[in-house]
Amino acid sequence: MPEFDIVVVGGGPAGMAAAVAAYDRGVTNIAVLDREEALGGILKQCIHNGFGLHKLGRELTGPEYAAVYEEQVINRGITVFYETMVTAVSKEKIVTAQNASGVLKFKAKAVVLAMGCRERSRGALNISGTRPAGVYSAGTAQKLMNCEGFAVGKRAVILGSGDIGLIMARRLSLEGAKVEAVCEIMPYSGGLTRNIVQCLEDYGIPLYLSTTVAEIHGRERVEGVTIAKVDENRRVIEETKQYIPCDTLLLSVGLIPENELTRGAGIPIDSVTNGAVVDEHRQTAVPGIFACGNVLQVHDLVDYVSDEAEIAGIGAADFVLQQSQTAANLPTKAGFGVRYVLPQRVSQDTSKDLDLFLRVTQPFGKVRFTVRSGDTVLATAVRLKAAPGEMEKLTIKNAALSQATDALTVELEELA
Amino acid sequence: MMKQMTCIICPRGCSLTVNTDDMTVTGNTCPKGKQYATLECTHPVRTVTSTIKLANRDGMVSVKTKDPVAKADIFDVMRQIRAASAEAPIKIGDVLLADVAGTDIIATKNVE
Repeated sequence: MPEFDIVVVGGGPAGMAAAVAAYDRGVTNIAVLDREEALGGILKQCIHNGFGLHKLGRELTGPEYAAVYEEQVINRGITVFYETMVTAVSKEKIVTAQNASGVLKFKAKAVVLAMGCRERSRGALNISGTRPAGVYSAGTAQKLMNCEGFAVGKRAVILGSGDIGLIMARRLSLEGAKVEAVCEIMPYSGGLTRNIVQCLEDYGIPLYLSTTVAEIHGRERVEGVTIAKVDENRRVIEETKQYIPCDTLLLSVGLIPENELTRGAGIPIDSVTNGAVVDEHRQTAVPGIFACGNVLQVHDLVDYVSDEAEIAGIGAADFVLQQSQTAANLPTKAGFGVRYVLPQRVSQDTSKDLDLFLRVTQPFGKVRFTVRSGDTVLATAVRLKAAPGEMEKLTIKNAALSQATDALTVELEELA
Repeated sequence: MMKQMTCIICPRGCSLTVNTDDMTVTGNTCPKGKQYATLECTHPVRTVTSTIKLANRDGMVSVKTKDPVAKADIFDVMRQIRAASAEAPIKIGDVLLADVAGTDIIATKNVE
């Protein structure tokens, strides 16, 4: 059986950054396995700009951002298996994969899981009506348009105001299609404010909040949709039903981390993030198996994916190099206003500062975040606004971390 | 007149207030925000990204305007991009269409 020090599952932004970081830490016998014919993952279809401002200090498109890391992978001579689908990862770190040459098995000292996420589909929504052509998940439409050059429709309604839906509203408009509306079932958008401005307002596309698609019409092709307002329990209000003629419905209704391999390895999953439970090195409950990127938590910025992947890559390298680690015995907890905190457990390694990542439960104005351990305040941070669509990062200084005695709880309070 | 806007330069998305009488900007947390707000009130610009079909390969090459173009020119830029085609091999940064709305259309993807 071929042996690698580290096997990275997935060659998207997370996999590439993890492999490069592990290599630069001193572990050079690394393989990256990807199911597609090129590295880059979903960045290949994200042709819009806005990537890299935080991480690389310049504004790039998705393919350009991917090319920066692809070059780093290739220049280091890291082994890449293309068109190779990983089918199983075991606790013993045997990685089973399949490609044109048959079934492959690799023995790894450490594994980095970087499989990314997939889109929620129509089936998850229970929209009534017929099943015509013209209903796409937003990312599928994005791939068809941007990589393969197909126009997906002329008159569209978009359900869901996540960033992919917003980006696709602009993309369709640029290609001459009419976007009638973006409907969002929640009373607030799940996307970044800047995308509402530059993708909807720039093109005069209305955003209807607390609104859903109640029915899809058409036999062969979508002929229209019925949209309706929803009440506070997200139930359709009958008298608000409204018919919009269209030939295309795009669904941008959430992303699901692709954790089939993770579950197969018996790794515990966090029911809120839908990703593995990890420590500050992004190590899962199985020693030597790490996770990063959208398979761990769905990110809104690729820059933060790269940051997280570097942590996992360094963690994997240190594991291979048998660097001793402080036991991660302090759990983190989400208090008032906080939906989740990642990592879910941390050690009291006070050699460096600790970053916690979190999302809030609903939109807030000015807030103060507080990290507490028992009665001791370890860190506070004030933000002018906080929204579920925008991940927050809080830093605990190493001196403060040494005062922790118990679970770290993050909560917020609203400031006037 | 006071004008409210959201900065689109970075994902932070600062809420900006511009006094259009003396062009003072508040709410920005970096110098780029002030620059954006000023430009947005006088001459709004956007980077346009799209794709150009490949003449000698399957599929598309992604492209962008090298510099942001006037918002009013976006659809003219798109019309020219749609009419164009490109020959591989292509390197990131190659000019695929010169002199469009005062800038160039450059490749954002390598094609062998």
